Amino acid sequence: MSQTTIQPAWVRVTHWINALAVVLMVMSGWQVYDASPIFPAVQFPPAITLGGWLGGALLWHFAVMWLLVANFLVYLGLNIASGRLRRKLLPLSVRSLAADTLAALRGRLGHEDLSRYNAIQKLAYLTVIVDIVMLVLSGLAVWKSVQFPLLRTLMGGYDNARVVHFVCMSVLVAFFAVHVVMVALVPRSLLLMIRGR
Amino acid sequence: MAIRKRSGEPGATLSSHADSILKDAHKELKDPARRLLGKRILSLGGLALLSGCDLSNDKSVNTMLRRISFFNDDVQALLFDPNKMAPTYPESMITRPFPFNAFYDIDDVPEVDAATYRLQVGGLAHGKRMWTLDELHALPQQDQITRHICIEGWSAIGRWGGVRFGDFLKRAGADTTARFVSLHCADNYWTSIDMPTALHAQTLLTLTYDGQVLPPKYGFPMKLRMPTKLGYKNPKHIVAITVTNDYPGGYWENQGYNWFGGS
Repeated sequence: MSQTTIQPAWVRVTHWINALAVVLMVMSGWQVYDASPIFPAVQFPPAITLGGWLGGALLWHFAVMWLLVANFLVYLGLNIASGRLRRKLLPLSVRSLAADTLAALRGRLGHEDLSRYNAIQKLAYLTVIVDIVMLVLSGLAVWKSVQFPLLRTLMGGYDNARVVHFVCMSVLVAFFAVHVVMVALVPRSLLLMIRGR
Repeated sequence: MAIRKRSGEPGATLSSHADSILKDAHKELKDPARRLLGKRILSLGGLALLSGCDLSNDKSVNTMLRRISFFNDDVQALLFDPNKMAPTYPESMITRPFPFNAFYDIDDVPEVDAATYRLQVGGLAHGKRMWTLDELHALPQQDQITRHICIEGWSAIGRWGGVRFGDFLKRAGADTTARFVSLHCADNYWTSIDMPTALHAQTLLTLTYDGQVLPPKYGFPMKLRMPTKLGYKNPKHIVAITVTNDYPGGYWENQGYNWFGGS
């Protein structure tokens, strides 16, 4: 068991490319958002944005989107084709979720075996996969609201597509924050995502 | 590389993780080549932080971003369906007041004299080259209530009326196989569009706003209205139209806004 690779190379490579793409997309997206905030109370300080101005941020956003989408398709495709998705992220039952949540609240949810995800991890990883799909679709609806009428309607119109895009971004950032905290608590998981075991 | 036995016991704790990480780090650092690399990574990172070097100001990064933006122009040209119409809305949904927006303040809106005004058509066109406002009003007119989407993200619904731009171009004898139409304005703004969008059924050379003569703040005497493109591609106070095969760029586009700017 000691020498078996828990995270195959393609998982690690796509994970880190995705991490880079997400950081660049979120930071440039915040700069774009600041040009016309949906919620006037919510604005992002220039120090944590990318691009310098609206035009610069859009150049970044519409460049890195290709990296994000291409990498995500490879990640999802290999996950499905290799059976990893089914093996590691499924099944997810309400019961196991309730049990693991309870254990986590009591501080008894262990991370001894990093090759297996607990129910909360499964939920988190599945949620963030769906969230990125929603981010891309709502982003497409904002970018091309005339060319993709079905997507526009599904998102509730152009203005609402921006709100969906914002909410999905918030979910992604929340995941990112918890994810980083968990890595800090279980440092071996960082090593695992770098060298695979 | 160190290959160790991972503790199979369920009671393995955080401290054992810490131990193994340290052990790994020590082994890695024993290799002088790796140690040098480690130092370099640290100092490169430190240098980047100290010098305040940021990605936004790097010239090669900017060149790459511009290239991808031109690639995105091609993608958008492919996505553009000349038969797909932008949604239209009932009168009750018009945004009132419709926002004024320009690269200058509302007090600096240019005043164009209707009597002496002439619209110039240049470049690859062999028809009438000078048009008066009366001549433009005499052409068949139509109306649209569509959504104006700003690159900043906000949108507003307005009602514009005027001449279908494709009809106008044909009357002016424009070569509609040319690639671009460039538009110059009385406020020194300029932009340019692709021919397929110029010929789109909803692309209007507008002379009215909400049933009234187009007021100065919305672009008197005329605004090119394209509900298939973002706001900065919809120029106001147009004085000259040029049909060309040479990429003309634009005021905002040359500063970094995407050229196609489709929606």
